[in-house]
Order: sequence, then C-alpha cells, then structure tokens
Amino acid sequence: MSRQYIIRRLLVAIPSLLGISVVLFCVLALAPGDPFSEIAANPAIPPEVAASLRAKFGLDDPVWLRYLHWLSAMAHGDWGFSFASRINVDTLILQRLPTTLIVIGAAQILAIVVALPVGVLAGTRPYSIFDQVANTLAFIGFSLPTFFTGLLLIMLFSIKLDWLPMVYNAELSSTGWPWLWEQIRQSIMPVMVLGLFQGASLVRYVRSAVLDVVRLDYVTTARSKGIGERRVITRHVVRTALIPVVTLVALQMPIVFSGAIVTEQIFRVPGIGSLLIAAMLANDTPVIMAVTFVFACLVVMFNLIADVLYGWLDPRISYR
Amino acid sequence: MAGSTPASLTAERPAPAGVAAAVVPRKKARFSPGQEAWRRFRRHKLAMASSVILGLVVLAVLLGPLFWQVPINEIDFASKLDGPSWAHPLGTDDLGQDILARLLYGGRISLAVGFCAMMVAAVVGVLVGAIAGMSRGGVDATLMWLADLFLSLPQLPLLLLISYLFRDALTKILGTQGGIFIMIVVVIGGLRWMQVARLVRAQILSIREKEFIEAARALGASSFRQVVRHILPNALGPVIVAGTIDVAAAIIAESTLSFLGLGFPPDIPTWGRVLFDAKDTMDIAPHWALFSGGAIFIAVLTINFIGDGLRDAFDPRRVL
Amino acid sequence: MAETLLDIRGLKTWFATDDGLVRAVDGVDLHIDRGETLGVVGESGCGKTVTARSVLKLIDMPPGRFEDGQILWQGRDLIPLGQDEMDKIRAREIAIIFQEPMTSLNPVYTVGHQIAEVLQQHEKLGARQAMQAAVEMLRLVNIPNPQKRVHDYPHQFSGGMRQRVMIAMAMSCKPRLLIADEPTTALDVTIQAQILELMQEMKDKLGMSMMLITHAMGVVAETCQRVVVMYAGKVVEEAPVEALFGNPRHPYTQGLIRSIPRVDRAAEHKERLEAIPGSVPSLLDPPPGCRFASRCKYAMDICVRGMPPFKEVGPGHRVACVL
Ligand SMILES: Nc1ncnc2c1ncn2[C@@H]1O[C@H](COP(=O)(O)OP(=O)(O)OP(=O)(O)O)[C@@H](O)[C@H]1O
Ligand code: SF4
Ligand SMILES: [Mg+2]
Repeated sequence: MSRQYIIRRLLVAIPSLLGISVVLFCVLALAPGDPFSEIAANPAIPPEVAASLRAKFGLDDPVWLRYLHWLSAMAHGDWGFSFASRINVDTLILQRLPTTLIVIGAAQILAIVVALPVGVLAGTRPYSIFDQVANTLAFIGFSLPTFFTGLLLIMLFSIKLDWLPMVYNAELSSTGWPWLWEQIRQSIMPVMVLGLFQGASLVRYVRSAVLDVVRLDYVTTARSKGIGERRVITRHVVRTALIPVVTLVALQMPIVFSGAIVTEQIFRVPGIGSLLIAAMLANDTPVIMAVTFVFACLVVMFNLIADVLYGWLDPRISYR
Repeated sequence: MAGSTPASLTAERPAPAGVAAAVVPRKKARFSPGQEAWRRFRRHKLAMASSVILGLVVLAVLLGPLFWQVPINEIDFASKLDGPSWAHPLGTDDLGQDILARLLYGGRISLAVGFCAMMVAAVVGVLVGAIAGMSRGGVDATLMWLADLFLSLPQLPLLLLISYLFRDALTKILGTQGGIFIMIVVVIGGLRWMQVARLVRAQILSIREKEFIEAARALGASSFRQVVRHILPNALGPVIVAGTIDVAAAIIAESTLSFLGLGFPPDIPTWGRVLFDAKDTMDIAPHWALFSGGAIFIAVLTINFIGDGLRDAFDPRRVL
Repeated sequence: MAETLLDIRGLKTWFATDDGLVRAVDGVDLHIDRGETLGVVGESGCGKTVTARSVLKLIDMPPGRFEDGQILWQGRDLIPLGQDEMDKIRAREIAIIFQEPMTSLNPVYTVGHQIAEVLQQHEKLGARQAMQAAVEMLRLVNIPNPQKRVHDYPHQFSGGMRQRVMIAMAMSCKPRLLIADEPTTALDVTIQAQILELMQEMKDKLGMSMMLITHAMGVVAETCQRVVVMYAGKVVEEAPVEALFGNPRHPYTQGLIRSIPRVDRAAEHKERLEAIPGSVPSLLDPPPGCRFASRCKYAMDICVRGMPPFKEVGPGHRVACVL
C-alpha cells in the first residue's frame, strides 16, 4: 500500500469533517434562543456586561463569521467551559474519552471473535441447521435494542444471580490484582451488551460476504489446487470476504456509538456517552456541542481506519 | 403418419403436434412479478410468522384500547408494582397504573413514529435520489457527497442535540405531544434518507440507459413523468425493503431517546418511556421492564424479519 | 492398445434447484487415453463444464449431487473418495483451467504466491524454493520478465497473460491430465491462437493428456485426436476427429459442422453454433426419447418414444441416433 493512498484518504476526510462541523453549527445557529439569553434575562447582570459578552463571543456577527470563529476555536482546542463540572471542556473530555474507547474497543474485539467464525461457518454451509440457527440468533441479536439487553443482563447477572456489579464504579478502592479483577468484572456487562449487538450484525455481514465469495471462480480454482478445504476457506474465502466486511463495519460505526452512549448510561460507565446525557440534563451546552463533535470525529476516524484497512486488504485499491 | 414428416427447421414454423408436445419442455407456469414476489415471500417462514405477529400487535394497539378500557393514568397506590393479575394482565407500575393499557396506548405512538419517520426518510430519499440521478454532473456529485456525509454523522448524539435544542420551542408552538412527535419523526427520518436516495439514484442511472426511457423521451415525456412512470416502479422493491428496515430503526431510535429520558414526557407512555420509568424498580417489579422492553423487541424483530422476507421477494440475489 | 487414463461411465450429475431437478449431466460416457487430446463440444448449457468439474469433484454439493455412474481414474473410482484423497489427485494428477481468466485468479494474492501455493502443497517445497519454481513456470509459459512479474497481482495482467498464469499453475505439478474448459473463449482472436499453441507445446513437453472443452469446431479439428459431442447432458456422438468431420452421423453434429464458416480459422464464436435453429431443451424434467428431436429435421415418432441406443458405426465411432 502506498503512502499516497493514505494521504489521499486523509485529504478526503477533511471535507467530511468540515461538512459535519457545518451541520453541527447550523443546528446550533438555528436553535431558538441563544445561549446568552439566560444571561441577558438575568437581572443581576448589567446590560453592558451582557452586551460585551455578546460582542466577545461574536453573537452579533454574520453567521459565516460566527462559524469561522467557532471553527477556529474548536481547532485550537478552545472548547469552552463546562458550567456543570466547572472545568474546561477539553480536559473533561480527555478524562472521559479513554474509558469510552476501551469499552468500544473491547466490544469490537468480542464482536469479531464471536462473529467471524460463526459467520464463516454459516456462509460456507448455507441453509444448514447451523446457518439457520445462527441467522435467527443474529436477527434476535440486532433486534434487541442495547438498552433492553443491558437491563436484561442486569436482571440476570446482578439481581437474580448476583454475580456481577450492577453499575460501574469509577473509583475502585482496591489496587493491584484485586483492582484488575474488579475492573474486569464491572466491564463484562457493558462490553457484552455492545459486543453482542455488533457481533449480531457482523455475523450477517460475514455470512453474506462469504456466500458471495464462495461461488466465485477463483475459489473453484483454489479447490482445484488440492490445498485442502481448510486452506481454501481461510486463505481464499475469508481473506477476500473481509474486504466488503470492513466497509460495512465502518458504516456501522455511528450505530455502535449510539449503543455506546446507551450502554454507558445504563451501567454508569464514566465515558463521554454518559457525559453527554448528563450534560443534556444539566443544560451544559458547551459540553454537549463538544461531545457531539468528538463523536463525529470518531466516526470519521474509524472510517479512515477502515479505508486504510481496505487498501491494505485489497491490492487493487491501493494501486489505483 | 404425422411423426414421419420432417419436423420444423426454424423455431417459427410449427412442429408436428406429436413431436413438439413430447419434446418441448414443460414451461413453468408464468407469474406476474407481484405474484412471483409473493411466492418467494411466502417461502420465508419467519417472515410469514412475523407478518402475522406484527399484524396482531398493530391490531392490538389500534383496537385494543376499545376493548381494554382501563385508563392509562388511573393512579392507585394500593396496587402499585403488582405483578400480572386478572385485573391487570401485565401488572401495574409504581403509581399503580395499568401497564397493559399504557403499552396499548403508547404502542400507537411508538409504531406511528416508526412509520412516519420511515415515510419522511422515503420521501426525502426518493426526492434526493431522483434529483441526483436525473441531473448528474455537479448536482449529482454534491448530493451524493451529502449522502455520504449524513452516513457518517453520529446519529444518536445529533438526535439528542436537536431534541435538546428545539424541544421547548416546538412544544410551545405545537403542544407537548404534537411538537415532540413531529420533531422526533422529522429528525429520525431526516437522518435516514441516504440509503433510499442511493437506491433510487442507482436505479435511475441503470434504467436511464435502457430503451424504453429513450422511447418515452422521443414521445416528449418530461423528466418528471419519466421518473414517476418508469423509474420509481422499478426502484420500488429495494426501496420497500430499505423502508421496512427504516421503520425498525426509527422505533429503536425513538425508544432510545425516550429511554434516555430525552424523548416523550412521562404522560405519553411510549414503549421506550415506559421502559425508562421501569428501570429503577427492576429488582422488585421486573415484569414492568420485561413487558415494555419485550414490546419494542417484538416489534423490531418482526419488522426486521419481514424486511428480510421482502428482500428475498424483491431482490432475490442480494443477501444483505 | 493405448492405456486408458480416465474413464467416465454413465455419469449423472444433477442439481436440486428451486425450480426442480436440473439434470445437467445425465448419463455421460467418455474416456481419455494416455497422451491423447479429447475434444468435448456442444452448445452452451449442454453440461460440458459440469462434466469437467465432476471429474475433480468441484461441484457444489448441495445443490449438486452424483446421481449415478463412475469416474475411473487409472482404474480407481473417484466418486467415493474423500476430500483428502481427492486433494492428492487435484493439481498433481489432474489439473484444470477455466474459461474466465479474469476471475479465475484470486485478486488479493500475487500470481507467484498462487502458483507457489500449489508447489508448496504437493511438492513440499519451502516458500523460497516454491517462489523460485513459480518464476520458472512463468518463464515456461512465455511471460516476459518473470522474475519481476511473479510479484504482481492478477489485475496487473491482461486476460491472455492471466490465462498463461493459469496454465503455469496447472502445469506446475506436471499432471497427467489437463482439463481445459474453454480456455480461449474469453480471449481475443489473436491471443486465442497463442494460448492454444502454448497448451499444445506444454502437452508435448510433459507428455500429458488433455480434455479440451470448446464451442469451436475449428479448434477441435486442429488440436484433437478424438471428439465427443454433447447435447443436453448426454453424449450424442463420439468419433476420431477425421471420422467426425468426414462422416458426421448425428444430425446435431452435422448442424455443428455446417455452422463452421471456415475450418481453417482457429477462433470461433459462440454465435456460430446457434446457427442451428431452436435452443437446448430444459434440463428440468427432460422428455423421454432423443433430446434433439425438437430441433431435428429427421425427427420421427420412434425418436420421442425412447432414448435412441448408442451404436457403433465405425472404428471408435459411435452415435446415439435412430438413423
Ligand atoms: N450449481 C448449479 N446449480 C444449478 N444448475 C447448474 C449448476 N451448475 C450448472 N447448472 C446447470 O447445468 C447446465 C449445464 O451447465 P454447464 O455449465 O455444464 O454448460 P456448458 O456446456 O459448460 O455451457 P457453456 O458452453 O455456456 O459453458 C446448465 O443448464 C446450468 O444451468
Ligand atoms: S434420434 Fe431422431 S430426433 Fe434424435 S437426432 Fe436422430 S433422427 Fe433426430
Ligand atoms: Mg462451460
């Protein structure tokens, strides 16, 4: 894979980021009332102060200028101040982001580990009992909304069986191995909720990609080489079936983030998803905007990773 | 003897009856495209079963309140958090309200949101796709870029953001129920038109080349008429499939919003809202969460299965 | 008496489809002797490819299944063999090349890798040696600059070049039989001749036999010693090449030969064969009797009553027709 290819993908990502920022800004600009109406309405604040605040934040400028101001502030990491948490928004987000990424990452790994073999087995034996069972379970899996799965798991593992803690505790008192053990125990359910949901759609993607690939001529060629069915499947079928799967997974990322928000909220995982909900309930606009933008950046970033993976998996792409 | 005369040389000339009848293979009975689709749909057993179940659910929420005339907001602390009984087949909530009545009533809204949001998505998608497909060039490229952009928007954060910013203004204008309903429908629909747009555009591009459009053009049919008369009917199958899946996605989106406490208010018991209210008493009244979550799950699962059946029916080669 | 390598007896390969049972191959007998080239001709859909793939058991099962018959490879029936035993025969004893060079190679591996894979499997070569051998194979099939090309991906080759790669791959373990399923149909006319010439050359070098499936009667006349004519899943005529062209007995064969505009042109196109009016009958539920009857100008009552027997009309020349 060539370096130009990666650079080209990076360049393509910039307009999408800008586009997303425009959409976000439009939503904000179109919203009725402005964030300073409360200040203006507050009798304790003299009108001159309110006016100077408005001027400072450029609220009376034309829309495009306000957009540019806002964009340059975002680009400089000047994301404002959280009313609710009383710290800078960027600090707050940086505190919370790793947890979200770890949960999502672990869930992705779980999804892949479960879905890849199941999808491949189902795709290579279409319409067998195994395929039908796997397919039905996959349908159930992605028809179960994450919030409901989360509650079901809590009912089963926390309330009924009392095996796992119901909610996530960010300040575990233990250290060393017990800490790790606690950490794993409290991460199991959030990761499972997210991972199984993603895994369910992944099974369908993998199955259908495998189904598409097994009937291609080069798989017959591979079989005619006498290299054994196992090798035919792993080296020739799965390897190429992964190419479309990568794209589909990337397309799924927005849904995964939605699931992450819900999951964090249910289990009180201190990531940016639960931060977003808390900010909404507390009318903490700068945090809401920033978290939404971070989610948008994450989607673009994952698309970028998918593009790079795609180019790496498919030699035809990167040579173009 | 009839058989001894030489049989036909060309296909047009009728062959001697005895020979032709015996040799020409029995042709499969011809079906119209609609009948053919129905034949294939019927073979998808889960889709058939799902149609029946979903039909019953729809009937229940439409007609149920006529037969089950318990008020949805009759507070009765004497029987709060009761499990299922004859008086309350699905039990009661923390205010002693009848859960069955609430779910029947709320189901209307949950399903209506799903359906209306799908309609919004379909209308926007067909319009954008048709414009893109007919115009080509810069307009086409821009619209498709926009579709890609929307695909990489983080849907839930944006949904949350919009409902956070606009809910007060809209409820002021249109009342609580109407305002939130319209907002949710428009936003969910407005974030899901991309798939339909792509399908319609692809269909237009492929059909544009075919002769019958040329013929129509020669007869002076306008572009608009071409789209309506020739192209849309051809794109209908895939659009219906995408639309069906959209209904399920919209139901999940609305439930998610309500589940996070940021959708419908407590006096409008959509399924997601009921589940939100139920989640804090899961230990003592699991039936509350199970029935409301189960309702969402059943609706989404059956719609997804129906979508799969429709895909088999309209688009047999596609697996996903 | 020449040694018989492959002897297919009464082979029936059927497919269970949504519309019913497709009898793609419905009682085929043919044999190939050591060192000979057997042509298999017939129009599109008559079961040539299914016959060829059946030999290596490359039929998807389900929907396909072997209903009946034997595939004797050097006297040993392949049908009951398990996967492992088949894999010892594939590529090492019987190799196959397909019609579509554009899609027959895996797009994500270099051609060198794909050739080396065979060698590593069967000749137990190490990775580096196998790659070296792959370079030699590419050189053998006249690919210029093989040292460098071995690291290229299939999409960097033209159709004709890819077919050379396929030939190189098929030849790499020096099989005793090469099945070539319309190896030139998808190629340009000039390339077709080169590929045929290359295959002929390889065949002579390695002393192997060949089963050449084709639509083109001209190709058959030039390269084959014997010919089998298939129609709707059955063999309708089998003859040494001179006898077939000099004295075609089956009306279908006669039609095929008449439809060749010039025998000296090696390259033929599909359309030529469609010069026979009508089309192949459905393989679902084929009627009893001669399957060509609906298009045969000599068709008589007895033709549709029962299957015409396969009868000997000359040395090695047999035909299934009541005439
Ligand atoms: N996997 C399959 N499932 C169902 N039917 C099949 C399958 N493979 C082949 N057939 C049927 O078997 C028949 C014979 O096909 P085959 O490919 O052998 O024809 P052919 O003689 O090679 O034609 P061509 O010259 O076009 O390559 C066709 O009618 C085809 O529809
Ligand atoms: S058997 Fe009869 S129908 Fe068949 S080819 Fe011979 S003459 Fe024609
Ligand atoms: Mg063929």
